[in-house]
Parts: sequence; C-alpha cells; structure tokens
Amino acid sequence: MSSFRKAILTLALLATAGVAVAQSGKYPGIGRAATDKEVKAWDIDVRPDFKGLPPGSGSVAKGQDVWEAKCAHCHGVFGESNEVFSPLVGGTTAEDVKTGRVANLSRTDYPGRTTLMKVSTVSTLWDYINRAMPWTNPKTLTTEEVYAVTAFLLNLGNIVPDNYVLSDKNIAEVQARMPNRNGMTTKHAMWPGNEFGGTAKPDTANTICMKDCAPEPKLASLLPDFARNAHGNLAEQNRIVGPQRGADTTRPEGKTGAPVSVAPAAAPVAAAAPAGNDNKAVIALLNKHSCTACHGVDKKIVGPGFNEIAKKHAGKVDYLAEKIKKGGVGVWGPIPMPAQSLPEADAKSIAEWISKGASK
Amino acid sequence: MEQHKPSGRVQKAPENFLDQAGIRTVFAEGKKGRRDFIRNAFAAAAAGAAAPVALAQGNPVPSEGGDPNILNLPEHSTGLGQGVAVDGYGKPSKYEANLQRRQSPGLTQTTQASVSFAPLQSLFGIVTPSGLHFERHHQGWWDIDPSKHRLMINGLVKTPKVFTMDEIMRLPSVSRFHFIECGANTAVDWGNVAVPTVQYTHGMLSCSEFTGVPLITLLEMAGADLKKGKFILAEGADGSSMTRTIPMSLITSGEVLVAFGQNGEMLRPENGYPLRLVVPGVQGVSWVKYLRRIEVGDMPYAAKDEAIHYIDLMPDGTHRQYTNIQECKSVVTTPSGGQVLLDKGFYNITGLAWSGKGKIKRVDVSVDGGRNWRTARLETPVLSKALTRFNIDWVWDGKPAIIQSRAQDDTGFVQPTYQQLRKVRGTRSIYHNNAIQSWLVQENGEVKNVQLS
Repeated sequence: MSSFRKAILTLALLATAGVAVAQSGKYPGIGRAATDKEVKAWDIDVRPDFKGLPPGSGSVAKGQDVWEAKCAHCHGVFGESNEVFSPLVGGTTAEDVKTGRVANLSRTDYPGRTTLMKVSTVSTLWDYINRAMPWTNPKTLTTEEVYAVTAFLLNLGNIVPDNYVLSDKNIAEVQARMPNRNGMTTKHAMWPGNEFGGTAKPDTANTICMKDCAPEPKLASLLPDFARNAHGNLAEQNRIVGPQRGADTTRPEGKTGAPVSVAPAAAPVAAAAPAGNDNKAVIALLNKHSCTACHGVDKKIVGPGFNEIAKKHAGKVDYLAEKIKKGGVGVWGPIPMPAQSLPEADAKSIAEWISKGASK
Repeated sequence: MEQHKPSGRVQKAPENFLDQAGIRTVFAEGKKGRRDFIRNAFAAAAAGAAAPVALAQGNPVPSEGGDPNILNLPEHSTGLGQGVAVDGYGKPSKYEANLQRRQSPGLTQTTQASVSFAPLQSLFGIVTPSGLHFERHHQGWWDIDPSKHRLMINGLVKTPKVFTMDEIMRLPSVSRFHFIECGANTAVDWGNVAVPTVQYTHGMLSCSEFTGVPLITLLEMAGADLKKGKFILAEGADGSSMTRTIPMSLITSGEVLVAFGQNGEMLRPENGYPLRLVVPGVQGVSWVKYLRRIEVGDMPYAAKDEAIHYIDLMPDGTHRQYTNIQECKSVVTTPSGGQVLLDKGFYNITGLAWSGKGKIKRVDVSVDGGRNWRTARLETPVLSKALTRFNIDWVWDGKPAIIQSRAQDDTGFVQPTYQQLRKVRGTRSIYHNNAIQSWLVQENGEVKNVQLS
C-alpha cells in the first residue's frame, strides 16, 4: 500500500471514530481558537444584568472634568445641547425616579425626548459611552472615566447626588432609580422569534376591498409652497429621459389645467467642476483629522463653516495654522474648539486651503 | 443647451390643424417658453375638427418631413467610438448624472452620523446599483484592509474562534436577494407630509444579491450552545462598534448570513466592506457593518440602538422595544412626488413591494385615492424578503388622480392605511411606518406627496 493511500485510510478511520481532525470536523483548516487575550481585547459589551462590566468606580466630580474636556463641545455643558445630537438630559422628574415611568412621554405637547427620558437600562449608558464615545475618538476613555461620565450624566438628571461615586458594586442600585426603567414593552409582533412571548398578531388588520371602498378622498396634508425648493431642484434629481421629468422647483408651479411640457432631453447640468487635486487632498485631510465632525465645508455645524472662516481670515495662513493647532474660543461664539494634534504639514495645508477660499 | 428644437419629445401641434400663421405663432411662443400655448392651440384646433382626434403625439413628424435625429446621421453613426478599458471600472452614462443618493436637508447636523437616500424614482427592477445603495452611518464609514479584518465568535461556545477573511471566503457560501430597509424609513411622514419625493419618503431602502456564509455554520464550528444561547450579539469594528441583539431562532433557520459579496462584487465600503451581517426581513440597523464579533448569550443586550434609539413610542408613553421586523409595505415609484407627466395618455404605473415576513402575494393599485382598486402584475422574481417589482397599465385622462398601492404578503397581512396605523401607534413612534402612500397627479402634470383624511 502506498504511503499516500495509507494516509487517506488513516484519516478516514479517524473521521469514523469521531475524532476531531485538526481544528474542526467538517471544515478542517478553517478558523482557530481565540486566545484569552484576544477575547479580552474585543469582548467589551455590558449587558443589563451587568455581565461584562469591569470592576472600578468614578465620581460625579471627576465626570464633570472629563465632560467639559471631551463631551461638552458636542453635547453642551449640561448635556442639554441640541446643536449636534439630540439632548441627553432633561424631561425627567423625582416622581419618575420613584415610579420608573417618565410621565412626559405620554404628553404629545412635550417638545422632545432626551436620552434619560427614554433609556430603561443604565448598562446601556455605560456600554455605549465605553464603546463609542467621544464621538471622534471612541474607545479612548479609561474605565474610571467611563464610570465618572456615566455618574455625571446621572447626576445631571438628579438620579444620583452630587457626591456620588458610581461603581460596579452600586450600579444595580442606580438601575432601581432609572426614571424610565418600567417604560419598555415587548408585547408586539415585530420581534422575529418568540423569546419575549410578545404576540404574533400584527397591530393593524387592513382588508382587501376592490370597489367603492373609501369615501371621496380629501387632501389632509401636502407640502406648503414655500418648501417647494427645500430639497433642491427636483428637475435635477430625475432621469432626463422617460415618461416623466422632475419638476423645476426653482420656478413657481405651472398653471393648472395645462400640462407643462418639458424641455427636450439634454445632458444634466454638469456637476460642479471636478475639484482640483489640491482641494480633494485637503478635504481628505479634513476627514482624516475629523475636522468635518464640527465644521462643514460650506455650512456651520458646531463651529463655523470653512467658507465662513475663509471669508473672515482670507490670506492669513499662519494665523489659521496656529488656531488649528491650539484651538480657541470667542472668535465664533462660546463653544470652544479643543487643541488639535495633527502633523504640522497637515495643519499648514488646511490653513492654506482655508486662506484661499476653502473651495470644494 | 439647444433651444427648443422643433423635434424630440416636446409635444407639438400637428400642423394640419393650424394655418401657417398659427404655426409661426406656435413656434414663436414656444421659443419664449410659453409651451402651454401649444396645448391650448391644439385643443382649439381639435375642437374644430370633425373627426375624433387622438391625443397629441409625443413624437410628431416635423415640418421638414422627418425627425432630424433620423435624417441627419449623428457623429456616433459616422465616426469611430472609444476603445476598450478606457475606464477599468465602468461608470453610468454622463446623461444619468441626476441619479445620486442624496441627503435630506436639515435632517442631521453632521455627515458622519447621517443618512443618504437611494433614488427610487429612477430605478428599474429590484436590484439597487451598489453605488446608489442608501447609506446610514452612526460614526462615519471606513475602507478597511480585508487582510487585517477578523471575525471572533465567543460567549456560550465550546471554543471561542477567530476567522480571517481568507477562511470565511473558503467556506461554502450562498447568494440571496434581500431588501434592507432602515427602521426609520418614511419616519418624517408619520405626522404629515414633510418631504417631496419618493427618494426622501422611501429611499432608505435597497435590495441586493448578497453572498456569504450562513452564520449558523460559524456558530457550529465554535460549538455554540444553541439551546441555552437564545440570542446573539453582533458587533461592528468601526468607531460606533454598533451592537444588536438577534434571536437564535432566526439564525438556526440558516437565513442570517455573514456576507462579503454584494451584486457580484465585494461589499462597498459604505455598506460594510469587507464583512457585514445580513438579517433578512429585519431593519437595517441589525445588519451590522464591519462585523468583528458575534457573542452567543442567554439574554438580550439592550444596546444603545435597542434601548435609546430604534424604540417605538406608543400613545400611552411606553416604548416598544426590540421591534425588528419590517412589515409588509409598498410604494409607487413612478409616477411619484416631484415628477411631471409629459402629457395625457398611456403610462406604466410601477413600484416596489416588500415584506419582512415572506413573499409578496399581491399588490393592488388605485388611481382615485383608494375608492377603487385594480390588481397589478408582479414581475419575476418574487422572492422572500426581497423587493418585488409591480406594474400596471394606466391611461391618464388629464384630470387629477391620486395614486396608491397596497401590498399583501404570503402571511395574508395587508399593508395598512395611515388612519389604521395612527389609531394604534399615534404619530410619534418614528420607526416602522409602512402606511399606504398617496401621490396626487395634478391637472398640470405635476405629482405631489399628499396624505388623505
């Protein structure tokens, strides 16, 4: 018997005996065991029963420091800001902490829904801050900082007192004070399994009717005239050939009673001239260094748009380069821009680009 | 741009019904842009004619005896075209430049936590071109080196495992068409009409052929405890490290894929290159992009997008949590809001229907705001948890019309009206708006997004 055939036979015998060959029976050679170190590096989730929560603690006071340095420029000093993201804090009461139901959620006249009004599980806050915050540098907070920021947020919502130190030992007590802890339901038919014992019956039950079904239709809602061009010219958002054209929303609507004929097919207005390579390269830098998280090229976000800066500081390359590196406050309002750590050359390129008009 | 040539699709009065002076006036008026004059002139002439006159021809014979586009051979018929591989990765015609995914102004403050909508009004069939696939990012998108990407399986398993892309792509794969719809698609119209076109009302919807390995294969390789492990957590590798809970029952059915392919090529970076989860019938947020880890567990995880966002507020102030299925829904894509019909006469009403619970069984279409309905043709393929294209003939008489579509899936469920939805869910639930959409065709040919009382 050749040694090759022998090897085959041996493998076959091993398989029948049910012994794992290499790593896994059916797909040998694919995948390997993860090491403890690898699992520890990635397994960061924290469940509602606090499985996965690392031991540690953080105070409200420490949280305030971290907040002002790393969080306030997007979320506001008190977590109330609506500038970039929905407000985190507000709308909850001491009564809600007692009942576990946020009363304002049933009011249709209440203007918004903050994170603390909605969230039912404190683990969710800890887990999310730990995995995804700060927005431009996620996963860079220490365990103590995550505890501290979570404590500070809870304090802003009057869920824990000013001198509180949140820890893995007392977080379950905080869970028992979460204002909306009793505000969730899984009694619906939109979960694709029966794990929650909800219901399989959909909450609407339309039927098929083919003739004389609804009463004479009455218009209840349509876009007001002033919003006609709010989404840009719709003529440029439809194909230039076919059964329809897009409406030219830069002009008032055509007369009723006469279909507006449409101009013959013509090439769409050429998109803005392709950006010069220089502009493209700088815009890539803006993305790379997360500048665009706070500054739009042609619109204000948290900070001024680059076009606004270009207007105000045309030609001032050195001034701009220094501002980028050191940050500042007051030129454009009360929200501070933190100092930025990016290579000198990149700061210079960006400054030059702004000083020349910040074009796309 | 050429100015109003007397040919092409522009409707023009047949000269037989006008005298020479009339024709000159018509052309003069046409040049000034008063195109409706032509129609009025035609209507007057038609009224005077003894024989019944058909609708104006979309493409009438010009006075020179033939269409110059036919009579004068164009350059592309008389010259040499371009060579192969001028562009190593071909692009659409320059005349198609209007088809773009677009942001809805004012919806978000940043572009990294935002959404762009697919141009449904101009798409055919059921497949969304990968470059027009809608986008939803929570913390920006990345183009990740696939040779460095890893997938880990841990939790309630015999052996936690690590896979490289090479290894995942060596395993037996399947290719399946599925729709993906953001749970917040059509959210802005819950209370009233807020946006003009189907791109902005329904454009967080796309459909692709996905290629990947059933997740159950990988879980079995790790020796997952499929009894105790009732749930999995899927986690992304990007900054947001998106996490979502998915029931094991959906995974053991073999439907959930760890996908790397999309429409014959690799996933696009904006759609999760090199690896994403495909969870058929479930809202897009569960289709975790840049997938790095699957944890098997015995309880749900209440991740940020399960306990703060993607929860549906009910009128009594409770939130429905873990609302994942995209229920049966449909929409007419042409004619649709923001479009202008060229003229009276024949049109093909076309649209899309889909259900997160199975196949589309039937679509009915109304052109009178829901009083009377006709059953549309379903085009093949009709696949489970995929978009289905429907078509129906329509002759527009020039009078106002309200076009609606109503889909039914193979569970028997019928797409609800706004009234029915609001009765149980109010107007503040943001997610899972699958109401019947109404488009008003006005006498001037312009189509508007409307809601009926």
